[in-house]
This record gives sequence, C-alpha cells and structure tokens, in this order.
Amino acid sequence: MSQETAKPRLTTSAMIASLAAEGQRTRPAPFGHALAALARTRPEIVGMTADLSKYTDLHIFAEAFPERFYQMGMAEQLLMSAAAGMAREGFLPFATTYAVFASRRAYDFICMAIAEENLPVKIVCGLPGLTTGYGPSHQATDDLAIFRAMPNLTIVDPCDALDIEGAVPAIADHPGPVYMRLLRGQVPLVLDEYDYRFTLGRAALLRDGADVLIIASGLMTMRALDVATALRADRIEVAVLHVPTIKPLDRAAILHEAARAGRLVVVAENHSVIGGLGEAVASLLMQAGVFPVFRQIALPDEFLAAGALPTLHDRYGLSVAAMQATLKRFLSQ
Amino acid sequence: MAQHPDVARSNTSLAERAYRIRRHALRMGEVQGQGYVGQALGIADVLAVAYFHAMAYRPEDPAWEGRDRFLLSIGHYAIALYAALIEAGIIPEDELETYGADASRLPMSGMAAYTPGMEITGGSLGQGLGIAVGMALGLKRKKSAAFVYNLLSDGELNEGATWEAAMSAAHWKLDNLIALVDVNNQQADGASSGVLGFEPLADRWRAFGWHVQRVDGNDIAALVEAFDRARGLAEAQPRIILCDTLMGRGVPFLETREKTHFIRVDAAEWALALDALDAGHAPGGHAP
Repeated sequence: MSQETAKPRLTTSAMIASLAAEGQRTRPAPFGHALAALARTRPEIVGMTADLSKYTDLHIFAEAFPERFYQMGMAEQLLMSAAAGMAREGFLPFATTYAVFASRRAYDFICMAIAEENLPVKIVCGLPGLTTGYGPSHQATDDLAIFRAMPNLTIVDPCDALDIEGAVPAIADHPGPVYMRLLRGQVPLVLDEYDYRFTLGRAALLRDGADVLIIASGLMTMRALDVATALRADRIEVAVLHVPTIKPLDRAAILHEAARAGRLVVVAENHSVIGGLGEAVASLLMQAGVFPVFRQIALPDEFLAAGALPTLHDRYGLSVAAMQATLKRFLSQ
Repeated sequence: MAQHPDVARSNTSLAERAYRIRRHALRMGEVQGQGYVGQALGIADVLAVAYFHAMAYRPEDPAWEGRDRFLLSIGHYAIALYAALIEAGIIPEDELETYGADASRLPMSGMAAYTPGMEITGGSLGQGLGIAVGMALGLKRKKSAAFVYNLLSDGELNEGATWEAAMSAAHWKLDNLIALVDVNNQQADGASSGVLGFEPLADRWRAFGWHVQRVDGNDIAALVEAFDRARGLAEAQPRIILCDTLMGRGVPFLETREKTHFIRVDAAEWALALDALDAGHAPGGHAP
C-alpha cells in the first residue's frame, strides 16, 4: 500500500467543526451554558436567533428558558431589528447567527437600529474567520474589518471555553452593543492553565519571551501558545499577548509590550490581513511612534477554498505547524 | 383598550388638528425653504387621528411606560411627525423655527436621540417594521396593553426586510401591532407603481396573515373607523391600515403640481401655501 492511500481521509467538517485537537481538553457549548447560568439571575435576558440556535449553542438557553427564547426564522435583518425593539423595551437580547450573515447581510440593521442608538444588544456569531471548510458563503474572513468601523460597537474575540464563559457576563454588563465571535460545540479549554480571566477591554500577557511577541486574539491565541511551546526546542522565546477585545483596543498593554526592545512583533489573527487586529495594532504603533519589526499572520485577501479545515488552516497559515514555519521565516529575514 | 390622551378629550375637532398639523409643517418647510411638505400635507389626517383619537400618551412625559409607541420608519416624514408632536404638546410650537438648523432637536430626518416622542431612528427604509415586531414582542413579555404603530410608505415596501417583519408579525400573532402605510404612489424616482409595482396591496398583506383595511387616508371619519376597528379586533393577528393619500392635500396648487418625491415650493410660495391652506379651512368644520 502506498503512503498516499494510507493517509487518513480528512472530512470537510463543514458546519459542526470542533477546533479541538485530538486529546485536547474541551467543554461542551460554553456559550449556551454560560448564558443559561447568567439568565437565572438576569430575568431581562432573552435569546433570539435566525434559525441557528443549535449551531450557536443557544439551544442550551432555549431548553432552560423556552419562554425567553425567540426563534425569528432565517431572517437576519429582522433578527437585528427585532432585537433592537426588544432592547428598547428594556430587555437584554443575545442574538445569534453566523458571523457572515451578521456582518455582511445585516450590517445596516445593526448599524442603524442597534449601534446608532447604543442599545444593549449582544450579537454572538458562529463560524468566525476560517472555522469551516464550507467555503466563502460561510467563512467570515472579513467580519472584524466590517464591524471595526461601526461606532459604539464593542468587538470580542474569545480564545477558548474559559474565555467565552468569562465574556458572557462581562458583555451582558456592558451598557452598549457587542459583537462576539463564537466557538461552539466541543470548545477547547486552554486558558485555565494560565493566570488569566476575561476582562472586557483588557489584553493579557499569557507568557513572556525575549525573541518574539505574538499579539493574538480568538483561536489564534491558542495556536500562539502551542507555537511558543514548540519553538522552545529551537531556543526561540515567544511571548503571547492575548487581546480578546478587538475594539476598544487595550492600547496601553499593547504599547507596553510592543515597545520592549529587540523583539519581533507578530499579530496573529483568524481574519483577513485587511482590516482586523493586525491593522488595528499597526495603526496604534505608528501613531504612538513605536516601531518594532512588525509582521502579520492572517488570512490572505482572497475568497478562501472549501475543503477540510485542518488542510485549510495549513494552507492559509493558521495551523501550529504553518505558524511555526512562518515565524522562523520572519526571524531569518 | 388604550385610554385617550387629555388632548383628545378637548373640543378641538380632528379636522382642526389636521389643519394645524399641516400649518406647522408648512411653517417648518418655510424655515429651510424645503422639506417633504407634500408628504406632510398628505399624511396629516392620519397623524391627527393617531395622535388625537387613537393613541395613549402623556405630552409632559413622552417616555411614559404606558404610552402607545409610534415608530416613524420613513425618517424623511419627520417634518410631518414634528408637526403632530407640536400639536400634541410634546414639542413647543416655537421650536419649529429651528427645523433643520444646527443643534436643533428637529433634524430633517427623524432620529430617536434628537427628539422627544421620536421612538426610533428611521431613514434607512425597511427597518421600522422589524423594530416594531421586537417592541411588540417586548410589550407582550411585559404584559403591557400598549400598541405599537409603525408608519411606512408604499415606496418603503420595496425593501425586503419589511416582508421578513410582515411574516414574523403574523407568526407571533402580534395583535398589538398596527402598521400604517402612506400610499401616495410617489417615491424618489417616480410613481411607486412604476418603480416597483406594489398592487394588489391588500391581498399581499392578507396573504401574509394580517388584518387589512384600505381607506381614503384623507377621510377623517373613515380613518377613525379604521383605527377603532384595528384597535378593537379580537383576532390574534397584526393589523394594517393602507391609507391612500393625496400629496399636497389642503393646498390646491400643491395638490395639482407635478408629483415628485421632493415637491418644489418656490420662496414666494410658502406664504401663498399658508394662505391657501387657511382659505380651505373652516374653523371647527370639515376636513379641508
């Protein structure tokens, strides 16, 4: 048997993808459980979805509080308008769909009905960035670029189950609108090994290192931590600054770390190279007069291919192996 | 059933209210030398019946929890709603002099943060009915008896989101939601029927599960009857009143002027328009 045929067959893992590596610790549906737990003491919380409760883990909340769950149908514009109406009447809506549909289809509705009015609607979206092999219709590679320009909107990109569990009460307490990128299903648990808890608007240095500073958000923080561990074998010391709040940026923490002399600064994000965390940090550094050697690890400015997610993460540079290779290339330049 | 506001209990007739709403709107138009006065004159009777017959509210407390909500998704009709809010005592009459000026509470397109009594920020058409659905659901959660009114226009029905909301309102059996459509057959690029045909309008809404009435939107008696029926219905379904109106109503030379979305009024014509409006109005009498 040739090596070719012996290779394991990678499936597309289209919509129900778990990002957990084999053997990785996980927690099931952290968003749904955290929201249901919070809702026990917050009667104003309602859950609303556009036919994606099961795929955003909102079904956990729906089962716990069927009278507070609103199935709005596959109508994202309506979902956002109705959530705005609910908020106007004093409720605290968590509205869920996929990131592509919230950002691309419902943009004007979020902008005018929610953000312009600064209403406390929490928009929580599955499949951020490249987290499905389904193709461009479901790959929200541009959601941060789209939403960063929207005034009043806070943007959160949590890393793992612990981060999501911490973010849910934090965004509920925030008085304005929030867009949160969601990992769903069996969500990896990583950050409990660090001295860390989610604080809205705050970045956190998860580990220090003298050679490279990786500034990351979302699942790329998880990847950065693995890369940092792996590169120790090469005597490369990597610091990881986790930035779970994309907007507003924790300017002080980022500038403090980026200004440390002698380190390559790399922003790693599960998003297009255009308009996401990387460009936000670059702009911040330039305006502050902080000029480290700066690189981005991000998705290319293209419509990405369909296929198996591990293959795509390798191809587009988000896997641990691909990141490691990229970092070494950056360091050798 | 919503209680009537104090203003409605006065002896002022609805025709008188509609006349004054038209007058306030023309005076605001004169301030800027422009404005959607054609629409304001056309919808004045609907607003008079809404604010002085149907709706519960407290002029001194526009955010009163028990109020009926009036959502203006067609933000460019702000001049008409300001006129009604002035007549209702929610905005002082002398403030109409600030219409469209810097730092005014009366910007040319209606926005919630600017104006007492303006429930939502309209203007991006197609959003109002969806917000109304959410508010109606929220009011039901609170077991409130208040109604949500949403004023749309025939042109706005081009927007697909309106139909998402139409489907949803029927699905949720929102009997506390009353949509009003100004059918004046005019939108930015021409006659609404020519831009994107909307008939048979009543059948379309009926097919979406709504209780439908179509009335002459410049006939106050017909409007009173339609509002009463919409509010008093036992059926668990959303209600809609399709109001056929005449742009420029009450000012004959504007009624007959070539129809455009942004009706032309020359500088010298504002005073003439007020005169014409006054001439057609018999105090305490019939609708102009």
